[in-house]
Amino acid sequence: MTRHILPIPTVLLTLLVVWYMAAVWLNADQAQSLMDPDEPQTFWTITQAALSMDRPVLPAPHQVAVSLYDGIFGWPILSPRSLVYHAGVTCGAALLGLAFALVLGTALAVGIVESRVLDRSLMPWVIGSQTVPVLAIAPMIVVVLGNLGMTGVIPKAVIAGYLSFFPITVGLVKGLRSPDPMQLDLLHTYAASEKQVLTKLRWPASIGFLFPSLRVAMSLALVGAIVAELPTGAQAGLGARLLAGSYYGQTIQLWAALLMAAFVSLAGLGAIELLQRATIAARGGRL
Amino acid sequence: VIAAGLLGAIVAVVAMILLARSDALSARIAVPVLFGAMLLWLWQTLVEGFAVPSVILPTPSAVAVAFFANLDTLGADFRQTVLRSVLPGYAIGCGAGFLTALAIDRSDFLKRGLMPLGNLVSAMPIVGIAPIMVMWFGFDWPSKAAVVVVMTFFPMLVNTIAGLAEAGRMERDLMHCYAAGPWTTLLKLRLPAAMPFVFNALKLNSTLALIGAVVAEFFGTPILGMGFRISTQAARMNMDVVWATIAVTALTGSLSFAAIAGLERFVTFWHPSFRAK
Repeated sequence: MTRHILPIPTVLLTLLVVWYMAAVWLNADQAQSLMDPDEPQTFWTITQAALSMDRPVLPAPHQVAVSLYDGIFGWPILSPRSLVYHAGVTCGAALLGLAFALVLGTALAVGIVESRVLDRSLMPWVIGSQTVPVLAIAPMIVVVLGNLGMTGVIPKAVIAGYLSFFPITVGLVKGLRSPDPMQLDLLHTYAASEKQVLTKLRWPASIGFLFPSLRVAMSLALVGAIVAELPTGAQAGLGARLLAGSYYGQTIQLWAALLMAAFVSLAGLGAIELLQRATIAARGGRL
Repeated sequence: VIAAGLLGAIVAVVAMILLARSDALSARIAVPVLFGAMLLWLWQTLVEGFAVPSVILPTPSAVAVAFFANLDTLGADFRQTVLRSVLPGYAIGCGAGFLTALAIDRSDFLKRGLMPLGNLVSAMPIVGIAPIMVMWFGFDWPSKAAVVVVMTFFPMLVNTIAGLAEAGRMERDLMHCYAAGPWTTLLKLRLPAAMPFVFNALKLNSTLALIGAVVAEFFGTPILGMGFRISTQAARMNMDVVWATIAVTALTGSLSFAAIAGLERFVTFWHPSFRAK
């Protein structure tokens, strides 16, 4: 970890400097036209104007930071102007979707490992389905489920779950097949039933494969929840916030929502990391 | 009709159980094909049998009819989305990621700084930049291509850097013994060794690129494009056209994936996963 202490801040700092320069460069024209014509138009005043516009082409980092801080701490949590509220709405859908995905993915994986017919018939379709841009189907799922009388969080969760169950299935199938023939033979000499082999050997062996899949599934579920909010005209959620920002040209709000989504994704990765460490600790120091 | 559907499904399941016992190549292909056919058959008969309104779920035959009836529109959408947004974006994004990886490969400092960030960005909902790109580059295809560039850049960067680290110590020492310079080592040893990783990124990116372009079209587009077609026709309840468009995206996704996989087989023929049989 100490090896990263110097390089990462350096890269981040460079990024920040580039961002500021890009903000000045992209906003300068518009800022100049908005300035008081009597004011002296030096490089310095134009730079100042470019970094403090209301609707800049590219908001400066500090503007986004202020908007983000205001969105998180400036409003009561249930206010529709609070980013925490919107993040919560999106997270709820993503987590529910992840729960769907875990149940469905586990069931499919166990079925594929236990049954030769399912393996031969289903597995190629599971792999093939990853090549299809599933997200494109999102608006249709929302409309169809809406016609069936399901609105609110369920359609979003269905999309998030549909996106994220493939990595879980593929990872678990790999994990359930990871015990080597020696271990399987040992259980066979114990006269263990198929069910016992599954619960006592295959399942514990697959946990290590679950975490990398879970990481991918988490970010996919979040993307699914955000995109699902786009076509439905949802009132709440990070996706709705992005859409509103883009309709009304509120670029600062748009970037703040985007950064919030990044933080949520980071928090999710952190939570999975903690879960992995807790699992390792509970199993005596190894996965 | 329902009885016919269930009967057909039972026949298919029995056939699959019998076929799954055989290890022949033909049986390995036949089982998944049969499974797909069974799903389509069940979908057709159950939708007809239970008289599901086509607003909720059209039958596969209705989708096929809509597909051939709207061949012109679908073709124009395909040109707009795939040929004009996805392909340039994919080429620029993957190319830039690959070249950046080569450029920072020589600097350990940059690698240590960029790798964790690249991994992090790969896990983030990048599609969110779509509205920003639409604002910057306008409604037409450049904004979609820009989204695709950003989405495909980081997976390519991270995978190429990981791949360049793949050549073993021994092989590098051997190249050193041959008095090979860094460029020769890169060309003859490290790039070929990195190819499985590069192809992994190419495959991943082919799906990401389609998603990026389609989602960016939800934020504004000229009256063309597959994302536009899906969102407008879904709002007008023309579900058969929506499904036909989805069939086009699915077909595009799987065919490009298959093409890249075929190229991978050709380029990395030496890799153990292809040599096994």
